[in-house]
Amino acid sequence: MLALTNIRKTFNAGTVNEVRALQGIDLEVAEGSFVQLLGMNGSGKSTLLNAVAGSFFLDHGSIRLAGTDITRWSEHRRAKLIGRVFQNPFSGTAPSLSIAENFALAARRGQFRGLGWALNRRLMTELRARIATLRMGLEDRLDNAIGSLSGGQRQALTLLMATWLKPKLLLLDEHTAALDPKSADQVIQLTDEVVKRDRLTVLMVTHSMQQAVSLGDRIIMLNRGKVAHDFSGPEKSRLRPEDLVDRFHEIRRRELLDERAAELLRASYI
Amino acid sequence: MTLLLGALTIGLILSLLAMGVMISFRIFSTPDITTDGSITLGAAVAAASIVSGVDPLTATLVATAAGFVAGATTGVLHTQFKIDALLSGILVMTALYSVNLRVMGRSNIPLLGSDTLASQVSGLATRIAGSERLNVFGWLVSPSDLALLLAAFVVASLVAVIVLLFFRTEIGTAMRATGDNAQMVRALGANVELYRIFGLATANGLIALSGALFAQYQGFADAQMGIGMVVWGLASVIIGEALTGGTRSLGLTLCGAIMGSVLFRLLVAIALRWGLNPNDLKLITAVFVFAALVLPGLIGKLRSAGIRQLQPSREN
Repeated sequence: MLALTNIRKTFNAGTVNEVRALQGIDLEVAEGSFVQLLGMNGSGKSTLLNAVAGSFFLDHGSIRLAGTDITRWSEHRRAKLIGRVFQNPFSGTAPSLSIAENFALAARRGQFRGLGWALNRRLMTELRARIATLRMGLEDRLDNAIGSLSGGQRQALTLLMATWLKPKLLLLDEHTAALDPKSADQVIQLTDEVVKRDRLTVLMVTHSMQQAVSLGDRIIMLNRGKVAHDFSGPEKSRLRPEDLVDRFHEIRRRELLDERAAELLRASYI
Repeated sequence: MTLLLGALTIGLILSLLAMGVMISFRIFSTPDITTDGSITLGAAVAAASIVSGVDPLTATLVATAAGFVAGATTGVLHTQFKIDALLSGILVMTALYSVNLRVMGRSNIPLLGSDTLASQVSGLATRIAGSERLNVFGWLVSPSDLALLLAAFVVASLVAVIVLLFFRTEIGTAMRATGDNAQMVRALGANVELYRIFGLATANGLIALSGALFAQYQGFADAQMGIGMVVWGLASVIIGEALTGGTRSLGLTLCGAIMGSVLFRLLVAIALRWGLNPNDLKLITAVFVFAALVLPGLIGKLRSAGIRQLQPSREN
C-alpha cells in the first residue's frame, strides 16, 4: 500500500543548524497493516510522518501510495488519499466553526468543493448517528462551536473526521500525547475500533511503549533518521514494553560506544 | 433631515467597505491595508470611465473587477512570494496610489453633471414623486435623497445576502475554516493559498465597489479619499460586533458590520455638526479603534484584579 524508497531529508543544509532528519529510509507497509513508529526525540519519526503527509518535499527518494507515485504531490493533493490526526488537539478542527460544519469539510476531503450547501439534511442525519457512537453526548450539540469542546472530545472528533471518507492511509502523530490519561484511553480505544472496522492502513507515531505493544501489528524503531528495528508477526505479538525499553538502551549503548571508539581513535592517531 | 439621510446613505455605501474588511480581517485573519488603495481605485476607475462616456453601471462593475485584481495581487504576493501579509498590502497600496493617478490623469475628477448611478436614481425618484419635496411622517424630504438611501440599502442588503449564502456553501465553509485553522483545511485537501488569494480579491472587490458608489454619490473621485479607510472599516466591524454581542453567527456579524458602518457615520456626522474639526477625524478614528481593541482585555483584567482584592487570599 505504502512504499518508501531510500527517502532522505536534511533541514537547513549547509548551515550550523543542519539537521539530517531522514537518512535513507526504506519501508513497505502492506494494506491493512497498523504500524507503530517508535524512537527517541529527534529520531525522525514525526519527520517521517510529515514526509508522507507532504508537509515538505524530499531531498531524495520516492513515496508510492496505493500504486501512485506521490513524491511530488502537494500536501493538499495528498489529502485525497491520506487522513490525519495531529498531536495538538487544536490542529485538527476549526474552532469557530460548528461541529457540523467541521464534518461538512471532512466529508469532502480531497474532493471538489463547489457551490452546494455545506450542510444538508442527509449529512446531518448521518452525522448524528455516527457521533452518537462516541457516547459523548455530542450528537445534540452539532451546532455548537467545536472550540468549546475539551481536547479529548476534539481529538475523538478529529479521528472521526479523518476517517469519514475511508482513507488509503491514516496518519496518527502522537494523537493522545496532549490528553489526560482518561481521554487518551478513550481515544486509543476509538482508534482501535475505527481501524478494525474499516480495515485501515495506519502509520502511528507514539511515545508510549504500552500503546506500541498493545496496538497494531508492526513496530518500526527509528534512530537518527534510520530504521533501527522492525518487529512484526509473532515477534511483535510477543513483545512486552520492557523489551522495547531494553532495545532503546541497547541503541543508546551502541551509540556511546561509537562515540567512545571515535574518541579513542582520534586520541591515538591524530 | 437632509443631513441625516445623507449620513445614513454614506453609512450604507461604506458598509460594503466594512463587509470587505470583515472578510479579510475576521474571516481570513489578515489585516489588509490594500483597502486604502482599492477604495480609491474603485472610485478612480468608475469616475474615469463615466467621464469618458461609459454607462455608469458598466463603469461600477469594471471598478469592482479592478478592486478584485488589486486584492488578488496582494494575495499572490502574500501566498506565492511568502511576503508578510501586512507588507504585501502596503506594497500594493503604495503601487495603487500611482495607478490611481494614472487612471484619473489628475488628482480629482468631478462627476457633477455626468450621468451616474446616483443621478439616475435621483432623476427617477423626482420623476415618480413629481415634486421637489415629499412629506414623510411630517418631515419634508427630497424624494431624490430618499431614493438614494433606499437604493444604498438595497445594494448593501443584496451584497450581504450574497456574501452570507456564499460562505455557507462547501467552498465558502472551507474558506471560513482557512482563517481559523489553515493546517486543518490543508489536511482536508483544500488549496489554502488559492482560498487566501480569492478571499483578499473578493474583499477588495467589495471595497472598490464601495468606492465606486461613494464617488458617484458624492459627485467626485479624489486620489486622497482612501487614506485611513481600512481603519474606518475596522471601526465599523468592531462597533458591529459590539452591537451583535460578539456572536458566532455569520448572518448577524454581517448585519453588525452594516449597522456599525451606518452608526459610525451617523456619530461622525453629529460630531462634525457640533463643530469637530474634520482634520481631527482620522486621529479620532484611530484612537477609537485602539480603544476598542485594547479595552475589552483591560476591563477583563481590571475586573479579575478587583475580584482578587475583594476575596482575601487563602494563606492569611
